[in-house]
Amino acid sequence: MLPWTIYISFAGALVSALCPKDKPVLARWFALVVSVAGLAIAVGGYAAGFSQPRQVFPQVFIDALWVPSMGIHFLLAADGISRVLVLLTGIAAVAGVLFSWNVDLRTNQFFAFYLALIGGVYGVFLSGDLFLLFVFYEIAIVPKYFLIAIWGSTRREYGAMKLALYSFTGSAMVLIGLLAAYVTAGSHSTALAALANAGLPVRFQMWCFPLVFVGFAILAGMWPFHTWAPTGHVAAPTAASMLLAGVVMKLGAYGCLRVGIGLFPHGLDSWGFTLLGLASWRDVFAWLAVIGIVYGALVALAQTDFKFVIGYSSVSHMGFVLLGLMTLNQIGVDGAVLQMFSHGIIAGLLFAIVGRVVYDRTHTRQFAELGPMHLSRRLPFAAWAFVFAGVASMGLPGFSGFVAELQVLVGAWQANPWWTIVSGIGIIVGVAYIWRALQKAFFSDVLPTAHELEAEQHHKLAPITWPEIAGVVLLGACTLAAGLYPRILLDQIEPAVKTLLAGGAQ
Amino acid sequence: MTERTAFIEAAMSYSAIFRATLPETALEVAALLVLVVDLVLSRRKEDQDDRTTLAAVLGVFGCAASFWAVCAGGWRGWNIDAGLLRPYLPLAGHDVYQVAILVLTALTLLLLIDSEFTRNPGEYVSVVLMAAAGGLIVATAFDLLVIFVGLELLSLGLYILTAFAKQSGKSAEAALKYYLFGGMSAAFLLFGFSYLYGISGSTNLIRVMRGVNYAGANGGAPLILIAFVMIAAGLGFKVAAVPFHFWAPDTYEGAPAPSAAFIASVSKVASFALLISISSTLCWTPGIFTAWPRILTVLAAASMVLGNLAALAQSSVRRLLAYSAIAHAGYILLGLAFYSWTNVTAEPVFYYIVTYGLTTIGAFGVVGVVERATGSDKLDSFLGLHKRNPLLAAVLLVLFLSLAGIPPLVGFWAKFNLFAAVLAVGAGPVSFTLVALAIAFSAVSLYYYLQVLKRAYVMPAVDETPIQAHPVTLAVLLVIAAAVVVLGCFPALLQSWIASFYA
Repeated sequence: MLPWTIYISFAGALVSALCPKDKPVLARWFALVVSVAGLAIAVGGYAAGFSQPRQVFPQVFIDALWVPSMGIHFLLAADGISRVLVLLTGIAAVAGVLFSWNVDLRTNQFFAFYLALIGGVYGVFLSGDLFLLFVFYEIAIVPKYFLIAIWGSTRREYGAMKLALYSFTGSAMVLIGLLAAYVTAGSHSTALAALANAGLPVRFQMWCFPLVFVGFAILAGMWPFHTWAPTGHVAAPTAASMLLAGVVMKLGAYGCLRVGIGLFPHGLDSWGFTLLGLASWRDVFAWLAVIGIVYGALVALAQTDFKFVIGYSSVSHMGFVLLGLMTLNQIGVDGAVLQMFSHGIIAGLLFAIVGRVVYDRTHTRQFAELGPMHLSRRLPFAAWAFVFAGVASMGLPGFSGFVAELQVLVGAWQANPWWTIVSGIGIIVGVAYIWRALQKAFFSDVLPTAHELEAEQHHKLAPITWPEIAGVVLLGACTLAAGLYPRILLDQIEPAVKTLLAGGAQ
Repeated sequence: MTERTAFIEAAMSYSAIFRATLPETALEVAALLVLVVDLVLSRRKEDQDDRTTLAAVLGVFGCAASFWAVCAGGWRGWNIDAGLLRPYLPLAGHDVYQVAILVLTALTLLLLIDSEFTRNPGEYVSVVLMAAAGGLIVATAFDLLVIFVGLELLSLGLYILTAFAKQSGKSAEAALKYYLFGGMSAAFLLFGFSYLYGISGSTNLIRVMRGVNYAGANGGAPLILIAFVMIAAGLGFKVAAVPFHFWAPDTYEGAPAPSAAFIASVSKVASFALLISISSTLCWTPGIFTAWPRILTVLAAASMVLGNLAALAQSSVRRLLAYSAIAHAGYILLGLAFYSWTNVTAEPVFYYIVTYGLTTIGAFGVVGVVERATGSDKLDSFLGLHKRNPLLAAVLLVLFLSLAGIPPLVGFWAKFNLFAAVLAVGAGPVSFTLVALAIAFSAVSLYYYLQVLKRAYVMPAVDETPIQAHPVTLAVLLVIAAAVVVLGCFPALLQSWIASFYA
């Protein structure tokens, strides 16, 4: 059933491209219907996952020989990790359509690129074949470029090109690594399960793993390759930045987990020597993740542009995902997957509020200009939604971020206490930058001048529309649900992670 | 081998020769027919457009007849050693190149219908057909003399086609440059061939190979090396490999659009087919001559790097395509270099050439339409194309993304197959480094392809008047784009078709 998420998204993209240009309403509703259908399938597939308890192998939906000469299969399969991320994609897709309800420029093309991107993302999460995964991964890159370059805001062409080139550099590294792995394995199948069992030589894994891992981690925003993320997020239109932070960065993290760790488990082994206190690639990447957590939070604290705050906070939160992966223990990796879901929802909500609810009305994101507007009075909905999202982002108990980051930190403590101690700084700063943004953007005590008050009277901000409310409620409900009852996700994540860490099939 | 040759020699007659050369003959007859028909029409002062259409359609029929001659009948895979009237069995599967050449020629002719650069469409079409006949000969020839005759037939046609826009100074300049470089490279090639003949005493590639083996083992290696370098220079020119690429940007820029498409596709296919024939014979000398693959590797690396870097700086789309063609030639040469290390199947190389040829014809078709509407092929003349002609913009999007190697388009699988084959042949640090270089530079190439697409889709239009494309042109372009998508989504289709020729 789940593969239909891919098919309907691509079909929807094609139909949307052919939609008449002068009927934006039609394109909008069509995109909403397609994305809701995708979400419905994702939820159905997720629910069906419970009826296959503790299965060792992923559930295979379709397995057809695609390129016989190389043994590439059109193999779509899902385990608990895939199901969680497909669910996330479904939610983010619906929310993204709701928050781009006001796109009037070339609406049909917008949703065509949008749905193509969604289809690619679904495809990555459901691929059970190495090269099929790569194909979907690359399909997701091109629409991103156009979404940002055409419908974006600040320095959009620069941001879009930077993002495209970073993504492509990453995927070039991945492709080199994958081709090398394919040739070395000498296997007649490129299914992930087959390659994982092919027994790649340890020495090969040692140099191929960092290549593939870094290639994917570029898209996950790993420091120091994160610089595309803030500029890309800021340049992107609301829906695209929601998707970028919400699901596209997860593509990178998912690749790191499924391909990097899944195929090259020995790549994380000790080198046999110590360099600057680092003894393996695991140490290297874990410290890079920790630096990302702290650095992203500190830089977010210093921003004057509202959206840059959220952009850098994404770098910080994605650091938790990468740190969780590098713990290589059950609880840490569970936390990483849960954090992927959690950050996808929360970052989507934050970007939606900043980009759609605030910026589209005020046409500025500078704190200095937002302060005197007294948005808490004029846009109470936005202010309280941001309080809610901000609290979730800080990782307060009751929200999904808390459970996820706690698990990552516990896992990291088991692996190396210093990782947890240093990351703790990031969490504290995380509270600070959200408070600061909240205060400067919504609850500023800068008094407006008489002139500004007069202007305020004349320019009423547009009222909040129903799609915005629906989107905020949807995302808010999800983060609360996952925070209050994390079992609903962990029950599926845990067995899948266990299998993956055991080095079994995928 | 000898038994078989003797048998065939005995069975050979003029009728057999005629049947074996039927594909080429069909093209030549069509070429003459087109000339006569067009002459009659021009005497009657028929409408220019009608004459162009009729000439092109007749040309396509000629290709179809030749296609039939290639595919049908029991003489498939046979050809004639015309110099000595001695038949031989060429490499298996080389008729697939003939098929590719004919299809690409037909597509070029269909794109001609929209053109207005000449008042003599009949002459143009007949020169195209004759050049294509040259291509057919080159693709399957197995004798140094026949190879050279075929190459000259092809090249002379290309010089004329480049110069065909008589009103355009650029066209004449491009043709002169092309001609001077081409003449020189033909001299190099002939020089190399003469050494091979001197070493082996024969012009048949098989015997040349034997002679070279013998001479190599008996102190003739320096002579052979000179011959190889000369041949690589001559053929490097044909495929526009660095450092023999200087003609390409000027020719691509100055030639009329259909001629440029023809040079970029048909001529490339024929030249690479020839390179495959030569590589596969020269590398039948295991262990002795690694010189040839080494030469190809150097050319490949230089072409990939320089082609991609130079393309970044171009402001004319045709020059951009020319440098991208140099880069693509680099990838193909890389495949060929490793092909000639071990002589594994040439399928991935052919897959790359034919899909590249198809895509590049489409790209030149789009450039031609835009150029006619805006009067220039500068990047900025593509501004707002998605508003001026959405279909054309969509075709451009598909073709350029395919050239950049984005899945699921056919260009991705071409690169993928080729690189996987290279790694499979020589899994070692050298091949790995070269493939890494190629993949890294194809990531670079995305930048310049996006420069064009950015103007077509992203940047605001200066002029929003619709661009009209001739229905036939548009149909051809849509078919090409559809083929690029479908063959990309089902990569096994083309692979199994190619494999059927090698079976």
